[in-house]
Amino acid sequence: MTEKTLHLAVALDGLGWHPAAWRLSLADATAPLTARYWNALAGEAEDGALDLLTIEDSLDLQTSGPDGPDGRVDQLRGRLDAVQIAARLAPLTRHIGLIPTTSTTHTEPFHLSTAVATLDHVSGGRAGWRPRVSARQAEAGHFGRREIPPLDLARLDEPEAVRMVGDLFAEAGDAVEVVRRLWDSWQDDAVIRDVPTGRFVDRERLHYIDFTGRWFSVKGPTIVPRSPQGQPVVAALAHSSVPYAFAARHADIVFVTPTDTEHAAAIVAEVRVAEVTVGRTDAPLRVLADLVVLLDETPTLARHRRTRLDELHGEEFTSDAAIFTGTPGQLADLLAEWHRAGVDGFRLRPAVLPDDLTATTRALVPALRDRGLFRAGYPGGTLRDLLGLPRPASRYAVAATA
Amino acid sequence: MPKQIILAAHFPGVNNTTVWSDPASGSQIDFSSFVHLARTAERGTFDFLFLAEGLRLREQRGRIHDLDVVGRPDTLTVLAALAAVTTHLGLAGTLNTTFREPYELARQLASLDHLSDGRAAWNVVTTSDTFTGENFRRGGYLDRSLRYDRAAEFVRTARELWESWPAEAIVGDRDGGRYVTEADPGGFAHHGDQFDIAGHFTVPRSPQVHPVILQAGDSPDGREFAASSADAIFSRHGTLDAGQEFYRDVKSRLARYGRQPDDLKVIPGVTFVLGDTDAEAQERAHHIRRQQVSPQTAILLLEQLWNRDLSGYDPEGPLPAEDPDVSGDAISRGRAGMYPDPVDTARQWRVLAEEKGLGIRDLIIEVTGRQSFVGTPQQVAERMNHFVQSDAADGFILVPHLTPGGLDEFVDQVVPLLQERGVFRTEYAGSTLRDHLGLSAARPVTPVGAV
Repeated sequence: MTEKTLHLAVALDGLGWHPAAWRLSLADATAPLTARYWNALAGEAEDGALDLLTIEDSLDLQTSGPDGPDGRVDQLRGRLDAVQIAARLAPLTRHIGLIPTTSTTHTEPFHLSTAVATLDHVSGGRAGWRPRVSARQAEAGHFGRREIPPLDLARLDEPEAVRMVGDLFAEAGDAVEVVRRLWDSWQDDAVIRDVPTGRFVDRERLHYIDFTGRWFSVKGPTIVPRSPQGQPVVAALAHSSVPYAFAARHADIVFVTPTDTEHAAAIVAEVRVAEVTVGRTDAPLRVLADLVVLLDETPTLARHRRTRLDELHGEEFTSDAAIFTGTPGQLADLLAEWHRAGVDGFRLRPAVLPDDLTATTRALVPALRDRGLFRAGYPGGTLRDLLGLPRPASRYAVAATA
Repeated sequence: MPKQIILAAHFPGVNNTTVWSDPASGSQIDFSSFVHLARTAERGTFDFLFLAEGLRLREQRGRIHDLDVVGRPDTLTVLAALAAVTTHLGLAGTLNTTFREPYELARQLASLDHLSDGRAAWNVVTTSDTFTGENFRRGGYLDRSLRYDRAAEFVRTARELWESWPAEAIVGDRDGGRYVTEADPGGFAHHGDQFDIAGHFTVPRSPQVHPVILQAGDSPDGREFAASSADAIFSRHGTLDAGQEFYRDVKSRLARYGRQPDDLKVIPGVTFVLGDTDAEAQERAHHIRRQQVSPQTAILLLEQLWNRDLSGYDPEGPLPAEDPDVSGDAISRGRAGMYPDPVDTARQWRVLAEEKGLGIRDLIIEVTGRQSFVGTPQQVAERMNHFVQSDAADGFILVPHLTPGGLDEFVDQVVPLLQERGVFRTEYAGSTLRDHLGLSAARPVTPVGAV
């Protein structure tokens, strides 16, 4: 990318990403069940002019194991629906993008499309959506409609597991395709309110999507008139080739998990290859690197805090993303380096909320600004505008005039 | 003390009640419209705001219906956003049980209850309509006779999920390192005819534990379902007598479920038109009805009963001589069938048209009206109160004809008169919707097989 400034996002989950976060958080243990808590986090993120926030979600109880409950009583358990949290935040924020996570495995694409389009309406064009697959047996057991075998991390390379994961991603791909078609199914100018003829809509500007796939078929059109962004922003988290291809085909942003600068460059290269391989014609994926962050005024204080958290946790914390422990200034240097390696920006996962978010907005953001790497405020506009993504035209409108 | 009236506001949406052609009619999509109506209802200390739901655009004669408001936002998402701009108003939404799963919907409703501090309500509806099913992976598989079986088990399952976390499950004991009192809270297992599911619910007990359950539907099955499972029932009865009969009937069904008459509120949907004089109000009402039922709309509504293409008929002319077609597929799709016996209904309409000398349009205006309160604010307040004190209802869902300002004059002019009479609150006493409605704490789930 030629642009100078980087994109900055925050990933919100519970009281932070460290399993012992709730032991040290400034917030109450039950705060994630309250609107007040989420409003405070979103307000803080917006004060820092962050591009967007994401909200994690899953259709099963949090667990430290690969599949199913773990019997622990010492970690945060329980969570609210991410789309509803995002909607609850929308009227009380003005600029920041709101990206909830939903499952594509047990849900209806029609419902997902209307919920996210509505989030775009109520937020004035700031909605995004992070689809994820539900590969766990525990989640399937909550729906009782399909068999998903227990996840065995040691056997993920075996043909049956590869096929299952491939199917789940293919189904997720169908879901995104359906959702995007539904978002396009109303042209921008479909509502005409033509009093002389008594017609509220021009039905020629409403379109059946007629999707038929292996897992479901959807007729359309949607019930929600086209939203401010036309299509809300679709984001995907990806660690390997199958999800890179999924993101290249279906997403606008991809969250990746490099371990160092070289790895960051290699992932960006791999993502670009995936874009070519799948024949992507949309704007290139915005590549945001995920990092768990644990920030403090000095490197020693940060290290001590991490040690303290690990002690409370009973073991060393690991994550799918790299874990940064240090000062906001050090983090700014690291982000600058990875940014030069080709990532468009970052999605920071605060180890403890709100603590590490506050350090991000109040110390990291100024440090990045000092380096000329981050905007001074919000330029105004939709989330797509903020990310430099074009507003898609309805595919059906193009077809109709061709 | 006289009975206290329940008041709710319906956001006017996809139906011919909404007069979109009026210059005062605003957007049915912009969030500002929802904020205006919700804040007006809250200013009037209403019990709740009610949103309907759409899952497919209606069609008639094989084409998307284009005369009324078409398109609306997603119910749950709007309600969660409205929770941010209101503090006491109940937030009720219609959510279909046929195309959702209990785990998913119970989770969304419990989340809404948390995010609104106990103001969530769910209007349970069902459909067996394959037309709507074409938008969903489950399709229209559900046999009509199973609709209420699924709905009843759906609600029961949702209640089991809502109760799955013990009241004090989260201790958050930082020093002792204990976040929850028991390992893996939220455990549940439901093995029934419709749902066979087990695992752990993710949402800890919400402020109301059981969000308020509403039900609309007038069939014997629907009434029985409401008696067993609902906190309030919508009805649609045009006269005081019919209202009283319905009221007696549903209240009498409660005992067999171990419930008291007061446990199920009867709240018909009604319209209102105000004027400085009775004559002015009547004139306005007449004008509104003519806007709601345009000549084209009159023909389309007639087609829904006749189930034939009547586009060649004169809207001001006489009713068709032929009988409704009961053999073929419905000409109107995506709309609940309202006429159990079309041939008999057509006969009644012909008699009525003959007696009063009505053409098609005037007849449709006559037969499609619902209970409406037309008059000066004093008259409307008195009639509404009389309706409630005579046990024809416990309150009303007001359906204004304009978005979003249609409730303003009611709140400004009628609510103060009801308050003067001591039959409507002047301020909220409690914080949850259950408090507003005078419902006792959440009823424990009925064990499977107890009904």
